[in-house]
Amino acid sequence: MSIKIKLQVTRQEFVLDVDLDIPERGVTAIFGPSGCGKTTLLRAISGLEKSLGGFLKVGGTVWQEHKHVLPAHRRPLGYVFQEASLFPHLNVRRNLEYGVKRVPEAERKISLKHIIRLLKIEHLLERKPSYLSGGERQRVAIARALAVSPQLLLMDEPLASLDLKSRQEILPYIESLHREFDIPVIYVSHSTDEVARLADYLVLLEAGRVTAAGAISDMLTRLDLPLAHGRDAEALIEATVSGHDENYHLTYLDSAGGRFTVINKELQVGSSVRLRIAARDVSLTLEPQSRTSIQNIFPATVEEIVPEGNAQVTICLMMGGVPLLACITRKSASELDLKPNKLIYAQVKSVSLLS
Amino acid sequence: MILSRPDFIAFAITFKLAGITTLILLFLGTPLAWWLSRTQWRFKFLFEGVVALPLVLPPTVLGFYLLVTLGPNGPIGGLFDLLGMQPPTFTFTGLVIGSVLYSLPFVVQPLQDAFTAIGNRSLEVAATLRASPIDRFLTVAIPLARPGFLTATVLGFAHTVGEFGVVLMIGGNIPGKTQVLSIIIYDHVEMLEYRHAHWLSGGLLLLSFFMLITVYALNRRFRVVQM
Repeated sequence: MSIKIKLQVTRQEFVLDVDLDIPERGVTAIFGPSGCGKTTLLRAISGLEKSLGGFLKVGGTVWQEHKHVLPAHRRPLGYVFQEASLFPHLNVRRNLEYGVKRVPEAERKISLKHIIRLLKIEHLLERKPSYLSGGERQRVAIARALAVSPQLLLMDEPLASLDLKSRQEILPYIESLHREFDIPVIYVSHSTDEVARLADYLVLLEAGRVTAAGAISDMLTRLDLPLAHGRDAEALIEATVSGHDENYHLTYLDSAGGRFTVINKELQVGSSVRLRIAARDVSLTLEPQSRTSIQNIFPATVEEIVPEGNAQVTICLMMGGVPLLACITRKSASELDLKPNKLIYAQVKSVSLLS
Repeated sequence: MILSRPDFIAFAITFKLAGITTLILLFLGTPLAWWLSRTQWRFKFLFEGVVALPLVLPPTVLGFYLLVTLGPNGPIGGLFDLLGMQPPTFTFTGLVIGSVLYSLPFVVQPLQDAFTAIGNRSLEVAATLRASPIDRFLTVAIPLARPGFLTATVLGFAHTVGEFGVVLMIGGNIPGKTQVLSIIIYDHVEMLEYRHAHWLSGGLLLLSFFMLITVYALNRRFRVVQM
């Protein structure tokens, strides 16, 4: 099952023209520079923005097809805006209940109590929005959007208007959403960090058009796309916790690319984690090094090499079907005589974990 | 007691007139103000001009045209005649029609400003929370425009209490029927009954002042609470 989105929105000088199929589970990030139409796309999906013709199907229900257009209030979705936008005249409890009351009882699948507990807002219920901090407001806004048991959750840069501290406070809640509820999320962002942490599927939008779309790990490592370049270039690898070494306080993580050894984390064996490996933390060698302090060394093949400025190259490697990025100097690449299909060893200096 | 029976009757007529006028204006002015605050129509300024006209027009001019249109030989008065009803000139109904037009901007403008100040976001949020357009209007727009409604109600009421020219033209100062406070004060002064005039004028002054400070005090509280 997938969500089909085929929409056109025309404004004076701007045309959004999108034809997309995105998975009906997990988090799909819409990523692009400001002004590329991310918000307009989200608004068109929600029905807040009028779109010409087009076709929109979510969860087996057609929301829009030619002249048949469901108005926003008939679409079973949740929307989290950039600013929390709580109703100023209602306290938190009544903000939360506003949507719930308007959903037929048979369609209420998520209990308000559960959401309130999950987002830790019990102590705020009787307060007016004006007495909440920015982070608290956004938590209430997320709770309010979930409370209508949506079939699709739309989030428009929900962290962009918050300071760094509130952002760190909210991110874990958003990460927990798709584990707790089986609701597809479309998440608009222009932060690579948020995308890497949250997204399963990524859509790149530029000047109102989709330039590329695909699974997040592929998209981050595609050398023809901007994400694989620059200081923050990184690869994502899905792994499972396979065991702990009590003696050395280490944790073993198994992935399709091989076994990673990391400093002990309080993780349950069998739980899945997402590894982020920055391109600048990967070095390459032709022979496996045994006398090295680096724990994580994997055989890999060179897929593609592209220059990164004058002095460096970015290399896409394949290790057991999992792509990995390495950023090294052009000189090293030439001395190692790197070219596509060459077998090499990737040494991973540092791994960061997302659970 | 210094006030006479006609004074009390004029008092009752005035407040009945102001009450009915305010109710009608809230009823008609709310959708009009909402439309003015939301429409993208190019020529909406024409309507805004018409609504604001009573602010600048001499009341006697408005009263004169009303007298002509609503009189038995006027287009609307003639229609009343045709239907076997009394034309509204020199009746309480005439006063109400005149007052509604005369106080229109005092109700519509605060409402329009309040509706504009709400912006679209809260209403869009309500739409994503399954509220239909009417539901959003009743549960979001109206509560958020509460200060505007308070201002509109008090200004509409107070302004109707204070009108003179229009009611004189269309009502004709008939004691017990269309004689209102502002006119009876004028009559008292004409007859050099200054004590009567003082009592009535002082009363109206205090009342108007009290209504206005109530609005400002309450609206300030709303603003503080909502921010």
